[in-house]
Amino acid sequence: MPVTERPAEAAPARPDDLVAVPVRHWGQWTAAAVAVLGLVGLVGSLAKNPNLKWDVVGHYLFADLIFDGLFTTLWLTAAAMAVGLVLGTLVAVMRLSANPVLYGLSTGFVWLFRGTPLLVQILFWGYAAALYKHLMIGIPFTTVTFVEFDTNSLLPASVAALLALGLNEAAYASEIVRAGIQSVDPGQTEAAHSLGMKPALTMRRIVLPQAMRVIIPPMGNETINMLKTTAYVSVIAAHDLMSNIQDVYNQNYQIIPLLVVAALWYLALVTVLSVPQAWLERRYGRGTARAGHASPLRRMLTGLPGLLPTTRERKG
Amino acid sequence: MARPMVHAEGVRKHFGRLEVLKGIDLTVERGQVCCLLGPSGSGKSTFLRCINHLEKVDGGRLTVDGDLVGYRQSGNRLHELREAEVAERRREIGMVFQRFNLFPHLTALENVTEAPVRVAGVNRTDARQEALRLLERVGLADRADHYPAQLSGGQQQRVAIARALAMQPKLMLFDEPTSALDPELVGDVLDVMRDLAADGMTMVVVTHEIGFAREVGDTAVFMDEGVVVEAGDPRRVLVDPEQERTRAFLSKVL
Repeated sequence: MPVTERPAEAAPARPDDLVAVPVRHWGQWTAAAVAVLGLVGLVGSLAKNPNLKWDVVGHYLFADLIFDGLFTTLWLTAAAMAVGLVLGTLVAVMRLSANPVLYGLSTGFVWLFRGTPLLVQILFWGYAAALYKHLMIGIPFTTVTFVEFDTNSLLPASVAALLALGLNEAAYASEIVRAGIQSVDPGQTEAAHSLGMKPALTMRRIVLPQAMRVIIPPMGNETINMLKTTAYVSVIAAHDLMSNIQDVYNQNYQIIPLLVVAALWYLALVTVLSVPQAWLERRYGRGTARAGHASPLRRMLTGLPGLLPTTRERKG
Repeated sequence: MARPMVHAEGVRKHFGRLEVLKGIDLTVERGQVCCLLGPSGSGKSTFLRCINHLEKVDGGRLTVDGDLVGYRQSGNRLHELREAEVAERRREIGMVFQRFNLFPHLTALENVTEAPVRVAGVNRTDARQEALRLLERVGLADRADHYPAQLSGGQQQRVAIARALAMQPKLMLFDEPTSALDPELVGDVLDVMRDLAADGMTMVVVTHEIGFAREVGDTAVFMDEGVVVEAGDPRRVLVDPEQERTRAFLSKVL
C-alpha cells in the first residue's frame, strides 16, 4: 500500500482544541426510564391502597409493645451471635485439631445442628421439658446427684430461644471460622513458631487477625440473617418483635398494617447493622491493597456520572 | 575447642515412604557460615527446618549448642519436648524464609517488635527502640510504618531478617532467602547477610548463590538425594570439587 503524505492542515493543530465525544448509551437510558416508571407506579399504588391503613401503621410503629419486642429481638440477636461466634470458633479449632475424638465430636455437632431445620430445633428447646422433666448434675450411672432443676423453670421461652439460635449459629459460624483459619498461609504459623511463639499465641495474634478478613463479610451476613431469623422464635412465644406483632393482629385482625410495622423495623435495624460491618472490614483489612473501601451509598453516587454522558472528558 | 553450634549425626527424615534425609552428618562451629547447596529435592531445606524443629527428626542425633533438638535426654530415654519447651528453644534460633512470611496485618516495625514484646516480655518502648535500630541496620529505618504489601520483595526480606534478629538469636537459618527476589534486589539482601557474617553470627544458609557461598561461607556442603555428597572449604568444593556429582551440578548453575 503506498504511503501518501498527509496534507498539513489535516494534522491536529493543538490537542487542546479537540473535544472527545463519549458514546451515548441510549439503551441504558431507556432501561433506566422503564425501571423508574415501574417503581413509581408500584409505590403509588401501595400509597393509595386503603387496605394498608397507614394510620394503623403509624399508630403501632412506636407503640410500647413494639419497643418491648424490639428490645428482646436485639438482645436475642446479640446473645445468639455471641454464643455462635465463641462456640463456633471453639468447634472450628476442634475440627482442625489432630485429636480424632475432638475432630469427631465437632464434626458430629455441625452435622446435627446444620442438618435439622431451625424451626424443629426451636420447638425442641421450647418443649424440652417434655423430654426431661428434671435436669440434674451428678455422676453418670450412679444415684449420686449434686443439683437438680425443674426443666421448665430453667428453660423459659427466652432461654430456649437463645439456646436454639446460638447452637444453630455455632454450627454455621464454625464453618466460616474454619474457612478463615485455613485461608491463612501456613508460612505465617511457621514464621510465628520460628520466633518462639506458642500455638495459642500464634492463633490469637497472627492467624485469627488475618482470618478475620475472610470471616467478617459472611459473619456480617449471618448477623443480619440472625436478626430476621429471631422472628421464628414467635412459635414458642419468646416475646420478640414478631411474637408481639402476632399477639396484636390476632386480636385486631389488622394483619397487613402490622406486618408493615414489622418489615419497617427489621429494615431499619438491618440498615443500622451494616455500619459496624463496614467499620470492622476496614479495621481488619489493614495492610491489604483494597483496605480503603467506600460505603454502598458512596459507590452508588460515584457510579452515577458513568451513566451520564460527560463533556469534561478530553484527550489531553 | 568449644562445642559446635549445630551437630548432626546420621540425621534421617521421611515423608510417608519417601526418604528425604538418609543420614546427614554435619557440624557447624560457632561464628561460622555454613552454606548448603544442591539441586531441589536434595533435602537441604528439610534439613534446615529440622534444626529448629519445624520438621521432626526421625532418626539420628541433632543438637543445637549441645541441646538435642525436640527431645530431652535422661539416661537412656529420650523425652519428646512439649510445645512450650520447643517454643522456648526456638527463641534462640532465627529463621528467614524464601517467601519472607512477614505478618501482613502488622507494619514493618510491629513485625519486628511482636516477638520481643509477646514472647520475651521486653517492654514496648525498649522493643521499639531496638526494632528501629535493627531496621536502620538493614537500611529500612524510613519504612518502619509501612505494611509489608507496601514494600518490595528485597525490603520485605530485610525486614524479615530484622524480625529474626530482634530475638537476639545465637544461630540464624536462611532458607533460600534470595530465591523469590527480582535479580536487582538480591544484592541488598546479600549485603545484609554479609554484614551479619562479618559480625560473627553463626549462620546456616540454604542458597543457590554460588558467589555468596564462595565469598562468605566458611564451609560449603553439597547435598543430593538426601545425603551429603561433599563438604569443606567453599573455595575448594565450589571451585574444584572432588565428586563428579558436584561438578555436574556446578556446571549447570554457573
